[in-house]
Amino acid sequence: MTVEELFELHSEEQARLRRLENRIYCCTAAGCVSCGAEGLRSAIAAAIKAEGLEGRVEVCGSGCLGLCSKGPLVRSAADGALYGELPPEEGALLVRPNPIDRQRLAAKRLDTNAPFFARQLKIVLANSGQVDPERLADYIAAGGYQALAKAVTEMTPQEVIEEIKRSGLRGRGGAGYPTGLKWELVARQPSPVKYVVCNADEGDPGAFMDRSVLEGDPHRVLEGMAIAGYAVGAQQGYIYVRGEYGLAIQRLQTAIKQAEREKLLGNRVFETGFQFRVDLRIGAGAFVCGEETALIASIEGKRGQPRQRPPYPPESGLWEKPTLINNVETFANVPPIITEGGDWFASIGTETSKGTKVFALAGKIAHTGLIEVPMGTTLRTIVFEIGGGVPGGKFKAAQTGGPSGGCIPEQFLDVPVDYESLTNIGSMMGSGGLIVMDESSDMVDVARFFMEFCMDESCGKCIPCRAGTVQMHDILSRLTRGEGTAEDIRLLEELGALLRETSLCGLGQTAPNPVMSTLRYFRHEYEAKLASGGRQ
Amino acid sequence: MQDNRAKFLERAMSRHHYSGDALIEVLHTAQELYGYLTPELLKTIARKLRLPPSRVLGVATFYHFFSLAPKGEHSYTVCLGTACYVKGALGLLETLERRCAKAGSTSADGKVSVNTARCIGACGLAPAIIRDGEIVGRVTPEMLEAELSTLGIR
Repeated sequence: MTVEELFELHSEEQARLRRLENRIYCCTAAGCVSCGAEGLRSAIAAAIKAEGLEGRVEVCGSGCLGLCSKGPLVRSAADGALYGELPPEEGALLVRPNPIDRQRLAAKRLDTNAPFFARQLKIVLANSGQVDPERLADYIAAGGYQALAKAVTEMTPQEVIEEIKRSGLRGRGGAGYPTGLKWELVARQPSPVKYVVCNADEGDPGAFMDRSVLEGDPHRVLEGMAIAGYAVGAQQGYIYVRGEYGLAIQRLQTAIKQAEREKLLGNRVFETGFQFRVDLRIGAGAFVCGEETALIASIEGKRGQPRQRPPYPPESGLWEKPTLINNVETFANVPPIITEGGDWFASIGTETSKGTKVFALAGKIAHTGLIEVPMGTTLRTIVFEIGGGVPGGKFKAAQTGGPSGGCIPEQFLDVPVDYESLTNIGSMMGSGGLIVMDESSDMVDVARFFMEFCMDESCGKCIPCRAGTVQMHDILSRLTRGEGTAEDIRLLEELGALLRETSLCGLGQTAPNPVMSTLRYFRHEYEAKLASGGRQ
Repeated sequence: MQDNRAKFLERAMSRHHYSGDALIEVLHTAQELYGYLTPELLKTIARKLRLPPSRVLGVATFYHFFSLAPKGEHSYTVCLGTACYVKGALGLLETLERRCAKAGSTSADGKVSVNTARCIGACGLAPAIIRDGEIVGRVTPEMLEAELSTLGIR
């Protein structure tokens, strides 16, 4: 495909969509699929056929529509209405509703002006729910691959990197390293062979942002990777995706095939000299593989164990070649930055954290689901306005950053969510899982839960992590059974500091975070559990 | 049938040019074909990919996905991710362990395998389980009890 053909297809498909009387989007992300989205979709398809409306009304799958707790979700393009919890027979009514049907459907209609929808700002998820993830034409109609076209035909690699640097985009995998700087590091390496790797090993419990992006808008991740490949001088990309994400794997495979067929990937992208291929690597269930050096080992077919850094992957990564590793959400931010410009992106967010962040809301919260908000939005807005608050209970803490993060108590609800602020209060941005807990959650038990996770997932290579997590877990179990002593709490703190300072990789270094943050804000819960009943 | 499976496995290895780097992909294929990884299978793979058997066993045991023991007729995987945990996943696990088998094993009659997972990403449906490869959301211990009874498990 040439650039001209891309724009032609773009307007053709847009015109085709405009000619349709209605297009009904059924959310076919994993959450809605397990609530019966497929049955609903076939019921709608059957109704279109029965009414003889083929070619005038269309039904298609779509990415995550956000409000997972109300699944299966359906969006009707004609009037923009969003429906939740629709049984198949009611879904069929959407095709040609009469006034009685309309009334029946109205009861299932979700208010899209409600804060859950209105307070969001969608960049990464802009296409989620707007395009059929299994159709390339849908993505192109939404402006897809125009950023790649612009990059390879109008910009030099250095200009692409400058644009990313100007945007202030930082890694969305958790650590927040400036993306532009990372790209520049890789670009500067003289090696003729380089790699681009997309980290889709989303392992934090309670996090499903990357899964939703891959399921709902797989082409966007491919486009972001190809732009990165052009910028740093790589010709091969890998997506390392969790084995648990069957649907995401399937959608990615389809998307890669489509893009290769249209020469949007492969040799001579847009008939220029630039070539870029993408291959999938399926994880096999090891949390530590989210760590970049462990991920590299796993792509090489080895045990996913991290190694000493430096050298960092930008210098020596996959097969000892310079390797750029970014997370799914980071790559998904790239195309809009290239089309809209770095300055536009930098105008959103806070001083040090630009753009938006996708969060997966879960736990004791009214609206579980996927949201995207500008950086700097307060937790209070996220939990109480967008999330609808804590049903039938009182907010106790929000857990961010998964097993590497911490619990944020009520007093910090007004802290703006950005990389620095969350680190300052003892948690971290992490990849975006946000789990709300109410009074029924026992914080010592929560700390024990995360430590058990880290203990199981420790790869066993370095001793502080391998032995330290076991020791900390033992102490926490003792405390939850009410057999702990004051000395145990002191020992927890000592071990925590040791793990933080001496572990080889991020897993061990951050494993004590949930313990440390609960000790900081909920120490009384620990003390109340002591064998002596709180007395020293 | 036996021959066919060997042929498919061979094809997967040849697609990757018998490269040792493709070990994980090959193990995925082998497990899909055979259900679990037998010592013979691991030895064959080691020989064909020209890897030491220790490396193949090392990789096969490192990753949770690979199973060295046969699985039950039905499989139940309880998600123990944070969202499911705070919504009562332990109660589901307790039910399965009491009626079928300990997590990570198969019941004595070979009917049910019980496993746990670290977040399957279905947090909106917490607590969730994977029953025979399909995600089921908002499960209660009562639902599980009833289901196990229809499967003929006491």
